[in-house]
Amino acid sequence: MAEVKLYGFWPSLFSHRIIWALKLKGVEYEYIEEDLSNKSESLLKYNPVYKKIPVLVHGDKPIAESLIILEYIEETWPENPLLPKDPYERAMARFWIQYGANTGAFSSFYRGSGEELEKAATELLESLKILEQQGLGDKKFFGGESINLVDISYGALGYWFAALEEAKGVKVLEPRTLPRLHAWAKNFVELPVVKENIPAYDKMLAYATDSMKMLARN
Amino acid sequence: MASDQVTLLDLWASPFGMRVRLALAEKGVKYEYSEQDLVNKSALLLQMNPVHKKIPVLVHNGKPVCESLIIVQYIDEAWKDKAPLLPSDPYQRAQSRFWADFVDKKIYDLGRKIWTEKGEDQEAAKKGFIDSLKLLEGELGDKPYFGGETIGYVDIALVPFYTWFYAYETTGNFNIEAECPKMIAYCKRCLQKETVSKSLEDPKKVYDFVVMLRKKFGLE
Repeated sequence: MAEVKLYGFWPSLFSHRIIWALKLKGVEYEYIEEDLSNKSESLLKYNPVYKKIPVLVHGDKPIAESLIILEYIEETWPENPLLPKDPYERAMARFWIQYGANTGAFSSFYRGSGEELEKAATELLESLKILEQQGLGDKKFFGGESINLVDISYGALGYWFAALEEAKGVKVLEPRTLPRLHAWAKNFVELPVVKENIPAYDKMLAYATDSMKMLARN
Repeated sequence: MASDQVTLLDLWASPFGMRVRLALAEKGVKYEYSEQDLVNKSALLLQMNPVHKKIPVLVHNGKPVCESLIIVQYIDEAWKDKAPLLPSDPYQRAQSRFWADFVDKKIYDLGRKIWTEKGEDQEAAKKGFIDSLKLLEGELGDKPYFGGETIGYVDIALVPFYTWFYAYETTGNFNIEAECPKMIAYCKRCLQKETVSKSLEDPKKVYDFVVMLRKKFGLE
């Protein structure tokens, strides 16, 4: 079996997604921490188009873009499936994954301050309500009784996003306004495969706080 | 299957809609085309795509699938016995998804900026657009299509935008063929296929549509 390498960055939620998927599939891999202020020759070689992490390298073949890497992992290691078999159910899973990727309010929330931040928080709440009502519904996880790629794609909500909310002093994902999604996020982060493979919360908070300081400076 | 009921909710000028038309044509799927009014959205559209209220939407035996590339993948999986659109090898599939995603991230947004922006913003969009086409040319290499000997997922994602090139060139005052002759040769090669020529709209009509939109948005 050709060797698997993951080029990642410790606080990156995109990086974490790949780690969870590899662990769930029982895939042995070598993790390479990238210094994003000083990108390695390897990273630039393996992802010349975007020069970003994560990049999965299987044998000598690179795959970039976290959601594409997740589908690659799913197809290459089919045990413990993370997508439905039925084409329609798969299309629905992909729809909800893409919904998160296309929710511009996440980016606006990250970058915003003052009035812009409030506006972004309101928009983000509306987007998450739709996700909660129509995506999650009454299910325990997006994947049903167990997690799938949709859960993995939103996994950051339970820890990474929580740290960002604290750093910015604005809460969006609360039990009062998004009861089921909030409960889902807490359940997700408690899963051993997630809990053991994310940075400690205080480190996430420190990183989020530093990032906000840097944004304010620019 | 003869009992399949397939309807496509679409707008004639939409490159995203053209992707779905092309995928259905490649698979030889019979369907009902339903032109949508995006100013006065139909009850059917709102029912079938309540989240985004956009076209295209593919309705297969009453069940809606939304988002053009998700629809194309669904078509590939639901009608899997003919004309595979994605390769069978997982690595090649990942590469196809990467480049189709690149088209989504770059071509549509930059193209839109070309016909909606002015001055420096328009120039930046033109440059980004040409750079993106050149990257795609590099990925195509010597292959007749991105899918190899036959049309595939990346071709389906990209070639509908060719119908908008004339509009981009005219509003942006530049010549795409002069900068990216390989890309234009590739697009013309695709158009020689009947499935492509019957799924894509006339660039002059698309240009008239863009002129109408520009007037509507107060850009003319």
